[in-house]
Amino acid sequence: MKKILLTLAATSALASPATAQLLDLEKDELTFGFIKLTDMAPLAVAYEQGYFLDEGLFVTLEAQANWKVLLDGVIDGQLDGAHMLAGQPLAATIGYGTEAHIITPFSMDLNGNGITVSNEIWDAMKPNVPMMDDGRPQHPISASALKPVIEDYNSRGLPFNMGMVFPVSTHNYELRYWLAAGGIEPGYYSPENITGQIGAEALLSVTPPPQMPATMEAGTIYGYAVGEPWNQQAVFKGIGVPVITDYQMWKNNPEKVFGITKEFSEENPNTTKAVVKALIRAAIWLDENDNANRPAAVEILSRPEYVGADYEVIANSMTGFFEFEKGDKRDIPDFNVFFRYNATYPYYSDAIWYLTQMRRWGQIADAKDDQWYYDVAASVYRPDIYLEAARLLVDDGMANEADFPWDSDGYKEATPAADIIDGIPYDGRQPNAYLESLPIGLKGSQVVVGDQVQG
Amino acid sequence: MSTVDPNFEADMTREARRERRFTRINAADKWFQVMGLAWITPILKAAAGDNPKAQMSEIWRLLGIPLLAIAGFLILWATAAPTVQTSLGAIPGPGQVWEEAVNLHEDAQTKAASRSRFEEQVSTLNAKRIEQGKEPVVRAYTGAPSYYAQIWTSIKTVFFGFMIASVVAIPLGIMAGLSPSANAALNPIIQIFKPVSPLAWLPIVTMVVSAVYVTQDGWFAKSFLTSAITVTLCSLWPTLINTALGVSSIDKDLVNVSKVLKMSTWTKITKLVLPSALPLIFTGLRLSLGVGWMVLIAAEMLAQNPGLGKFVWDEFQNGSSSSLAKIMVAVLTIGIIGFMLDRVMYALQSLFTFTNNR
Repeated sequence: MKKILLTLAATSALASPATAQLLDLEKDELTFGFIKLTDMAPLAVAYEQGYFLDEGLFVTLEAQANWKVLLDGVIDGQLDGAHMLAGQPLAATIGYGTEAHIITPFSMDLNGNGITVSNEIWDAMKPNVPMMDDGRPQHPISASALKPVIEDYNSRGLPFNMGMVFPVSTHNYELRYWLAAGGIEPGYYSPENITGQIGAEALLSVTPPPQMPATMEAGTIYGYAVGEPWNQQAVFKGIGVPVITDYQMWKNNPEKVFGITKEFSEENPNTTKAVVKALIRAAIWLDENDNANRPAAVEILSRPEYVGADYEVIANSMTGFFEFEKGDKRDIPDFNVFFRYNATYPYYSDAIWYLTQMRRWGQIADAKDDQWYYDVAASVYRPDIYLEAARLLVDDGMANEADFPWDSDGYKEATPAADIIDGIPYDGRQPNAYLESLPIGLKGSQVVVGDQVQG
Repeated sequence: MSTVDPNFEADMTREARRERRFTRINAADKWFQVMGLAWITPILKAAAGDNPKAQMSEIWRLLGIPLLAIAGFLILWATAAPTVQTSLGAIPGPGQVWEEAVNLHEDAQTKAASRSRFEEQVSTLNAKRIEQGKEPVVRAYTGAPSYYAQIWTSIKTVFFGFMIASVVAIPLGIMAGLSPSANAALNPIIQIFKPVSPLAWLPIVTMVVSAVYVTQDGWFAKSFLTSAITVTLCSLWPTLINTALGVSSIDKDLVNVSKVLKMSTWTKITKLVLPSALPLIFTGLRLSLGVGWMVLIAAEMLAQNPGLGKFVWDEFQNGSSSSLAKIMVAVLTIGIIGFMLDRVMYALQSLFTFTNNR
């Protein structure tokens, strides 16, 4: 541990730039909120490595109780910005839940989530999972293995409850995606009924991430979708088995974002740029030299004021391993991606994927045309601010010109069918066509009325 | 009369010295009692030459039995704890808890180191600012508080809440004690609000504080105010009730004297009511502070005031292998501080009152 601290100190001394021009900050004392998840790492690293101070920013990082508290904190100004679910700025901006115009100038990471079921459920679904020659389950595991279990529960009149972290969270959409890809109905939302359980075979409800393992242990839920370290925590505690990671579900899917209000970005343009600069440097540090700094990052995250879980638990996923059943450790080097593959660039296509999922499950009640998807994405995701900050870093010699997509129009290459578990490709330029291609979910002009899908 | 023992003089002085020593020990005993160190008295007495057998039994009662009880408790804890398995491992025994206490202390020193690193970074920043023709800045430390800082925050919060409670409760109590009509008016309100849990008050207090206290650069953090006011609401009642009781049970003769002397209400309160009600007022204050300290931990958990309550909550959320032991360190800290607060109030009470009526 001492050694890590020493290397930490050494690297931070090297990285401290002497020549960089300080921006004229409108506000230099900032408070940022986060939830105890490993993907808050860019914030912790930017603080601990002194990147915020290099920009002249005095940042206090505050853990928040849950995503709702965090979002309200940003909206009412107690927090200047926060580690957010990608769906939060979009939902707030279109007025689903608390309405406020939130923007995101920086994407925090790719991948990083998993779906875990309790031991009992795993024992029941294991016979349906194809095995490899060495006797271990073949990955990725489809939810079709879970379908008979859910049918059994439902026929006995037992509701099959599962946890996810927030109605507009990546985890909600990923869990739904996985269930639907295995032929299980995860249920719809309607303007009158926002439980998201209309016509559901599996009932999804909200539980804050750090409480997931305890809630499953108490028997309130049979499984959950959550970010790290709470899947690995279940393995260490011996209370559950992760069945799939989101990397196996969709290679390099977009995850958390850094969210601030639009007013903040307009009143404090230089401060916003300085924050993004510090965060980009933190992301570079997290991924540079083939993840060489990850052990040091894990040490930072395991401190009680950040994630606070045991070093070993956090280290698993952060250093490229993921433990499924106890002892079944597999390499997933890209489980947490912070900078590679332009992970920090806020792509419109990422925003549009989230919007399609909101439409798919009825959170967006009515049909919208493709232009609407683009307009919302462009008002929330702000690659312009991101690129300005990146330009300053490149000019100061703290980042490589080649690492940024300067000429991107904001859309990623369409994701090929092979990268997604159910083989349905995604192209952000055609959201409605994409919705048509998904077997379960609202499409075209369908609406949910009462407990029926109409149209 | 005639035969004077030659040693008589010397014996007399020795006897007098001994007498003086015992008087002093007895005087000190009052303070030892206050500080919870009553067992020192018999040791001193034995050392001063009092009947050792009688003193030994005193020492046994005051020191031996409590120590044995603590040892028994520790043994019971150490043997029973490992048999309870939780998902965070077995319940930690006294050894692990002590280890975590040491860890927390070391962690406080690491935090001090990161604080000095912060200062260093700030001075580099300021050098850079000056170089670029900008004013240097002075800003508060932005890192996480150490365990000691969290304890201090809790103590500040509870005293702030307790002060407000006392300032409100004592005058109201005097009013209720002096006037039966005021008493009749206050009584139902007291009876209804006294049993309300802090957890029920907290959401209301939170909303009111956010609505009323809107300045961003104010003196207090909102979480601090919310916790302190919740403490106030719950610790108001013992002081109020005891003050009222103390005031209403003043000797009737004294009241008659005040009438004869045609005292003004103010003189009556300061010269007569307060001095005679003081013992009960202090009893109320002591109870209030105890209640306040108990309530504070719950309030801090929910309001996220960076004290011991938040510490417990954060460790529960962290769910690391050392979390349970750390929470137990906090439990013991809370207990010990609660005990010390009570002793402080008891000492104050002994200073201000002269009766045995405690």
